[in-house]
Amino acid sequence: MLHIVNKSPYERPALDSVLATMSGGAILLIEDGVYAAVKGGAQEAKIKAAMERFKVYALAADLEARGMADRVIEGVTVVDYGGFVDLVVEHKPCQSWL
Amino acid sequence: MAFELNGKTIETDEEGYLVNLSDWSEEVAQYLAQQEGITLTENHWEVINFLRDYYNEFQIAPAVRVLTKAIGKKLGPEKGNSQYLYELFPYGPAKQACKIAGLPKPTGCV
Amino acid sequence: MSVKKFMFVNRKAPYGTIYAWEALEVVLIAAAFEQDVSLAFLDDGVFQLKKGHNTKGIDTKAFEKTWGALEDYDITKLYVAAESLAERGLTADDLAVPVEVLSRSEIGKLMEEQDVILSF
Repeated sequence: MLHIVNKSPYERPALDSVLATMSGGAILLIEDGVYAAVKGGAQEAKIKAAMERFKVYALAADLEARGMADRVIEGVTVVDYGGFVDLVVEHKPCQSWL
Repeated sequence: MAFELNGKTIETDEEGYLVNLSDWSEEVAQYLAQQEGITLTENHWEVINFLRDYYNEFQIAPAVRVLTKAIGKKLGPEKGNSQYLYELFPYGPAKQACKIAGLPKPTGCV
Repeated sequence: MSVKKFMFVNRKAPYGTIYAWEALEVVLIAAAFEQDVSLAFLDDGVFQLKKGHNTKGIDTKAFEKTWGALEDYDITKLYVAAESLAERGLTADDLAVPVEVLSRSEIGKLMEEQDVILSF
């Protein structure tokens, strides 16, 4: 299953909600959700722990827009829009945690 | 709203500002100036080009006070004053010049 | 027109919502009316100032360039919460414009001195 998170982890508990509800699967971070994939912040430990259960992806265009493309946590896979589509096709079902 | 120029349809908003900034060309500027009753001289182009450069650099069309100050810094005090700029663009140097330069209405302009 | 002290409080990340861009527009309007304008960045608002924005992929105006125009509008008071920077793994060197890094409580005191606070 694919979980799409588009909210900043510092402002909204959407990502926490995924981690508390699901035992595994894939997480795609988009829009403000990509801040969860950034090194050096208070969220880093949470994502690192999550990667033991989930495969974590982040959308390139949203990282670039926010000036964060060069500080992504190791182990997070950066995908472009084509990769986004592939993830949706490969993982069924798919949920956007709005 | 829209107008036709050299076989191309160019969209504008209800106040006559271009919808797509990429539609702008010197011919479009000539046409827009004509609509405003202005014959473009070198002095007009100087301001238009300044505005386009400013927009490219900062992504905004400057308010008139900011424009006046910035023009003064770049082109000298005899041009960086509102009398000179209002002579070139009688309906407001920021508002009217931005329209001809193909930029949005300046931020802070009511 | 009397001059009032306006503080704009930015607490949202850029691009994900329209708040940050709307705030900047209102800031410029207030400054065009020659008011005493300051900006405070707290929580996710500090992300707005991160340098190196490349918004081609999301087809949106980049903020970074517009910060450079604030000086033309005589806006020089930019306050950033130290705690919010640290929590996000950022330092003042990561920011696109010079700012004053203050503690939350120092920013809180500045808020109490304002005539008007607009929150985004």
